[in-house]
Amino acid sequence: MKVLMFGWEFPPHISGGLGTASYGLTKGLSRIKDVDVTFVVPKAYGDEDQTSVKLLGAGDIQITKRKLHLKNFSKAMDYLEVKSNIVPYIDPEDFWRLSKKEVSGRYNFIQVNSEGKISFSGKYGPDLLTEIANYSVVASVIAEENEFDLIHAHDWLAYPAGIAAKEVSGKPLVIHVHATDFDRSGGKVNPDVYAIEKKGMDIADLIITVSNLTRDTVINKYHINPAKVFTVYNAVEPLNENEKAKYKKGTDEKIVTFLGRITFQKGPEYFILAASKILQKMDNVRFVMAGSGDMMNNMIIMTARLGITNKFNFTGFLRGDDVYEMLRLSDVYIMPSISEPFGISPLEALQSNVPVIISNQSGVAEILTHAIKTDFWDIDAMADSIYGILKYPALTKMFTKYGKKEVDDLSWENSALKVKEVYENALSLY
Amino acid sequence: MRTICLYFQVHQPFRLKKYRFFNIGNDHYYYDDYLNESVMRKIIEKCYFPANEILFDLIQKYNGKFKVAFSISGVAMDQFELYAPEVLESFKKLADTGSVEFLAETNAHSLVALKDKQAFNEQVKTHSQKIKKHFNQSPSVFRNTELIYSDEIGAAVSDMGYKAMLTEGAKHVLGWKSPNYLYCNAIEPRLKVLLKNFKLSDDIAFRFSSKTWEEWPLTTEKFVGWLNNIDPKEEVVNLFMDYETFGEHQWRETGIFDFLKFFPETVFNNSNFTFSTPSEVAEKLQPVSAIHVPNPISWADEERDLTAWLGNDLQNEAFNKLYSLSGKISKCKDPAILEDWNWLQTSDHLYYMCTKFFSDGDVHEYFNPYESPYEAFINYMNVLSDFEIRVNTAVPETNTDKELAKLRVLVTEKDDLLKKYMSEINKLKLNISKPKTSGTKKVSSKAIPGKIKTPGISKTGKKSTKVSKVKKK
Repeated sequence: MKVLMFGWEFPPHISGGLGTASYGLTKGLSRIKDVDVTFVVPKAYGDEDQTSVKLLGAGDIQITKRKLHLKNFSKAMDYLEVKSNIVPYIDPEDFWRLSKKEVSGRYNFIQVNSEGKISFSGKYGPDLLTEIANYSVVASVIAEENEFDLIHAHDWLAYPAGIAAKEVSGKPLVIHVHATDFDRSGGKVNPDVYAIEKKGMDIADLIITVSNLTRDTVINKYHINPAKVFTVYNAVEPLNENEKAKYKKGTDEKIVTFLGRITFQKGPEYFILAASKILQKMDNVRFVMAGSGDMMNNMIIMTARLGITNKFNFTGFLRGDDVYEMLRLSDVYIMPSISEPFGISPLEALQSNVPVIISNQSGVAEILTHAIKTDFWDIDAMADSIYGILKYPALTKMFTKYGKKEVDDLSWENSALKVKEVYENALSLY
Repeated sequence: MRTICLYFQVHQPFRLKKYRFFNIGNDHYYYDDYLNESVMRKIIEKCYFPANEILFDLIQKYNGKFKVAFSISGVAMDQFELYAPEVLESFKKLADTGSVEFLAETNAHSLVALKDKQAFNEQVKTHSQKIKKHFNQSPSVFRNTELIYSDEIGAAVSDMGYKAMLTEGAKHVLGWKSPNYLYCNAIEPRLKVLLKNFKLSDDIAFRFSSKTWEEWPLTTEKFVGWLNNIDPKEEVVNLFMDYETFGEHQWRETGIFDFLKFFPETVFNNSNFTFSTPSEVAEKLQPVSAIHVPNPISWADEERDLTAWLGNDLQNEAFNKLYSLSGKISKCKDPAILEDWNWLQTSDHLYYMCTKFFSDGDVHEYFNPYESPYEAFINYMNVLSDFEIRVNTAVPETNTDKELAKLRVLVTEKDDLLKKYMSEINKLKLNISKPKTSGTKKVSSKAIPGKIKTPGISKTGKKSTKVSKVKKK
């Protein structure tokens, strides 16, 4: 079975959970005998490329093809790069902000004429939506030139590419929903993004969601027939435990860690409020917010207003091993996400023997039993859980005993086998 | 003689309220009154009242030939007194028939027997006193919390003067032996041991309404048929179960009350079985042999062991932390602390922390007010932390404790003083502000330049005095 897969990032250029997930999944698929994956990614270049991309017509887009030999992959995989400046986790407004530098002349003119968001959104359209259109044109080129049985597209920016490939080839399309705009925007759904997502889900033959939480969103918010939506949970790569710790803990304080993008979706302010509650009762504790994001400055201001900056640290964005170093130093990991389709990082924390507190509004809560679950808004419950873990050692003992085992039992290969079942289902429709 | 021994357990714990860490040291009330009262109300309506009525009618109808035994935990009796004295009356009515035996157990429905012999002794004594007070009976048969039993516990119970004890007819203890005989304790043979026939008991208690069970629906005829199939040499069938089986675990709609209502009739018509209370069984029958139980057993779950209460690190830590206080408690005289000590020992608090999700998870979830064992643990430990502070204040042992206790007393005294002063200050403020308001008005009227006193102004002046007079009244 040959699969043409459209994603948006691939190691080593990973910016978040989605990259990790599609990487893990393809790795799992590579271990299954009769599945061959060709992976297509749009790759972000520097500034010049970003402006030039807009000038490219369909025929001008360069496609480079190379063979990938990755560690732990049981066979070589075709890997296609498309020149494009599509970046994950960016909605059209952010994209406009990022790219306005290069085309400032043109956009200044438009800005003068615009007031408020609605007219604003009309202006960025030509930018990102053209990008996506370009990507889909490339996709159809690829679809014509390559042999395959099935198309698999990861998240909304890749849906149009998947649709284009389906139209050209007539092969079944499976789309993989790692998140919807309801998760990213906190309710203020962008109508253009929604339209793209909805179209992808309508045209797809089958849909994979990363949790039942997301499955419900797809069914209820996008009005998709439940019979064509399947949940396949993510997994986590086994941890290489031989590595030695780079840093030693400099204090005997307990460390409570938030690790993720500091955006509305992740609920960072609830963590800060819980921290301030605990600091009223407890002294020997330090809180760390690792990551970056559009709410970071506001969060720094918030800690200053609460007067807890001496016990609260911001690390900025952590890459690669630093993530594991941070976890190794932690005594509690907390993910107070408002809306988290899955959430791989709590699994990574448990691998490092760190007890986790996760919100009920996360997909990972569906598969973890040995974790504390609270509602994201319930600051009292969250603070109480942190306090409990720090104060009553039996909890940490339990989590390291059972939680780690629970995570170790998850594997990408099992997820890949479930994905393969969906593939077979999709093929049987034709 | 072949006889049936019916025994029902009545117990309700004092469930804890959501107790956060910031309550520690500030809030000394631990219980969810609303939840406890509403659960109690629900169970009274669904079970205690209708079931008591049926039992009373049956006892009247068969004129002493139908008998049952109850054990009511001390905490359940406390809750009856608080929320439903009428239920206590209804049990008294049953006691007065003379066909109902009340058994002894631990006052707190606790696991104290596993930890502290002295405290165990006292708890049992307190419970027996309560039974005497409410039902005018002095129990002679003992049943431990959750039918927990071991050779040692049995010997301790014998030392207290009880002649018999109830426990589970656990397979791994009995082996090839039958539970349908009277046994005796392995250390102290004077103590008779009655073993629960778990197959027949659980057919009623757990499987009665299960439509996937091949014997569903269970009729009294079918059940008595099974009794008749028992080897005629076997002497006693011990049917032990939660009283809440009737109407609460098995709803009225399943026909459980009809089963209860027609059970004696079918037994008398279709078999040669009689009914006996546990103390009658212990008196009339001869023990066939000693039963060896070196490790504690219980009536819970598939394993019939202690793992539902002491099966993981959370439960062990909570259990040990709790009983680390027992030394100080024995010196404590404060009735409020002693009452909390009693209610916090109830085994249910540990049961909520059970992590055996998969095998018996369903039953556990059904009884559990918490969303997860972790939540249950944190909540309980928070309460215990506050309780510990109170015990340390009441019985200071180390120098720092003494110092802290002194300071705490000082602080509460000062708080009281502050409150007193505040109310006095407020009173004084009121007194001062009254004349001042009229004063300022006068000033303002005077301050208006070029105005001559007019009748209008004097009127307002009068008005204001009137108002202040009204206020004074």
